[in-house]
Amino acid sequence: MTAIAGQPPRLTVADLRGSIGRRRRELLVRVLFLTASSISILISLLIIVSLIGEALAFITQVELGLLFERGWFPRRELFGLPTILAGTLLVAVIGMLVATPLGLGAAIYLSEYASPRVRRTVKPILEVLAGIPSVVLGYFALQIISPTVVDTICPGATEASNLAAAGIGVGILITPLVASVAEDAMYAVPRSLREASYALGARRRTTSLSVVLPAAVSGVVAALILGLSRGIGETMVVSIAAGATGGSLFTVNPCQPGQTMTAAMTALATGSDQVRGATLAFPSLFFVGLLLFVFTLVLNLAADRFVRRVRIRY
Amino acid sequence: MASTPRAQALAGAEVVRRAIQGGRTDWRSIAFQGLLVGLLILTLGVLAWLLTVVLVNGAPVLADRGVDFLTSPLASNPSEAGVGQAIAGSLWLMAFVAVLSFPLGIGAAVYLEEYARDSWFRNMTNSVVRNLAGVPAIVYGLLGLAIFVVALGDFVGPGPASGRSLIAGGLTMAILVLPIVIITSAEALRAVPGSIREAAFGVGATRWEVVRSHVLPYAAPGIFTGTILSMARAFGETAPLVLVGAVIGGFNVQYDSVLETLQGRYTALPTTVYDWARKPPSFGENVYAAILVLIAVLLIVNALAIYLRNRFERRW
Repeated sequence: MTAIAGQPPRLTVADLRGSIGRRRRELLVRVLFLTASSISILISLLIIVSLIGEALAFITQVELGLLFERGWFPRRELFGLPTILAGTLLVAVIGMLVATPLGLGAAIYLSEYASPRVRRTVKPILEVLAGIPSVVLGYFALQIISPTVVDTICPGATEASNLAAAGIGVGILITPLVASVAEDAMYAVPRSLREASYALGARRRTTSLSVVLPAAVSGVVAALILGLSRGIGETMVVSIAAGATGGSLFTVNPCQPGQTMTAAMTALATGSDQVRGATLAFPSLFFVGLLLFVFTLVLNLAADRFVRRVRIRY
Repeated sequence: MASTPRAQALAGAEVVRRAIQGGRTDWRSIAFQGLLVGLLILTLGVLAWLLTVVLVNGAPVLADRGVDFLTSPLASNPSEAGVGQAIAGSLWLMAFVAVLSFPLGIGAAVYLEEYARDSWFRNMTNSVVRNLAGVPAIVYGLLGLAIFVVALGDFVGPGPASGRSLIAGGLTMAILVLPIVIITSAEALRAVPGSIREAAFGVGATRWEVVRSHVLPYAAPGIFTGTILSMARAFGETAPLVLVGAVIGGFNVQYDSVLETLQGRYTALPTTVYDWARKPPSFGENVYAAILVLIAVLLIVNALAIYLRNRFERRW
């Protein structure tokens, strides 16, 4: 073929690439962003390394039998894990007993009953509640909930600070979380399902409980698991309101003061000068932290898995 | 009797409704709805109760001492103790968060949403970030304690601070909010429709030019809202600071230079609340006053975020 006169010169790939400076800047920006996103992976590696190093130091030095004794007195080298595990579980369960009805009730009401105006007003208020710092709720639990609510539940409770007060405080703290995750899940259920239910003559109550709730079950369960995970990891409410400073006896009575994993860690750290001196108290901090990290990680992964496994696609 | 067609129809509808309901009032449905309303009111009531208690107990101190309470240093005498050092410390911590987490977090989000293809790196980073966001705050405190205070102690806080310096606290806080910044920024970026990008690519823009001139401006309100909220979260966070050694008690040092401040001891508003909460009851009103300051700051910041979201939110 011969070239036709007036035809534009042929373009090659090199012509389309643009100037070298432009390409170089492009590469530079790309590398910067890649570095930024790699940092999150670096952080998780740092967490794992820093936890495991000291935790190993603890587990190799401590007498393993001591871990299953009752009573948590790190300054006296008594590390009874059942004590802080029982306290953690107790606080988390009490928290869920408070947060499940409050959170799910609010979620069902906002998603199924409330008018758009009520929804628009109440959701930001719940966000405010979610934004209240945990120290504040801790003090509220100690000063207000303990003398009023807990005194009614546990007549004759001698201590102002106890596991029940901490549990209720934690429950108030996780209620907005449970409510918002569950409400998102229920609100996402398509209208057509509700309309089908109404067309069959179902009441609003039947529709909410037998159609919408089962359709949103993956999100609702995830909300509860996330709430539990948050309750286990909650620190300040328990440190202030659960009442154990330093050590604690084994107890499963919510009306008694007790120790949780998180509160045990702040208690170890606030005597920070001693923590460095005492041989095993410092690494024990990281051992408890590692346990806490594993527990919450498992719960969060479970919530994630549950959402994916059970989610119904519409 | 019914005369107009409309009245007749209404009467008919009433008859049908009666027939369906069996002529009875549905008490169970009413009870269920009442229960839901009751639970919601209980939740909101707790919030109102909390705010009232804080206001009633905290306001007198602020009214009496005013600026004095906001500027005085920590002290063992409740009538002299103030939150001056705490506010300064909190502001420093926020500066760390703003300088470190915001660029890093937004950069990471841009990479994950705009640059990375559906590769293993993107999937892994996404799930790492999601899981990091669920890690309890106190675990970040342990990270800070092991890395910044102990391992790098001579560098971040030499001398009397023995590692428990403002730098250690600031870095810990920055790491704590990074995953939240990444997640909220990524969500904001994802909300920008693909057609915007395609239009820019169509006229020959490179990827960075697309991001800079099109995607980021449209995602900016969402990113700002997210970053402001994550800052509010950091402002109220206590547990990690307790672990990396924000001052519990009092400290009485004048720092001469910025570097000395950064390498010196510090405290923050929420740690002061925690510290005073464990003191004798004579500190009770001070605790409420400090809480009032804390909550007031948080409410203002949150309101600002919500305002920004509503003002600039764009529906595609």
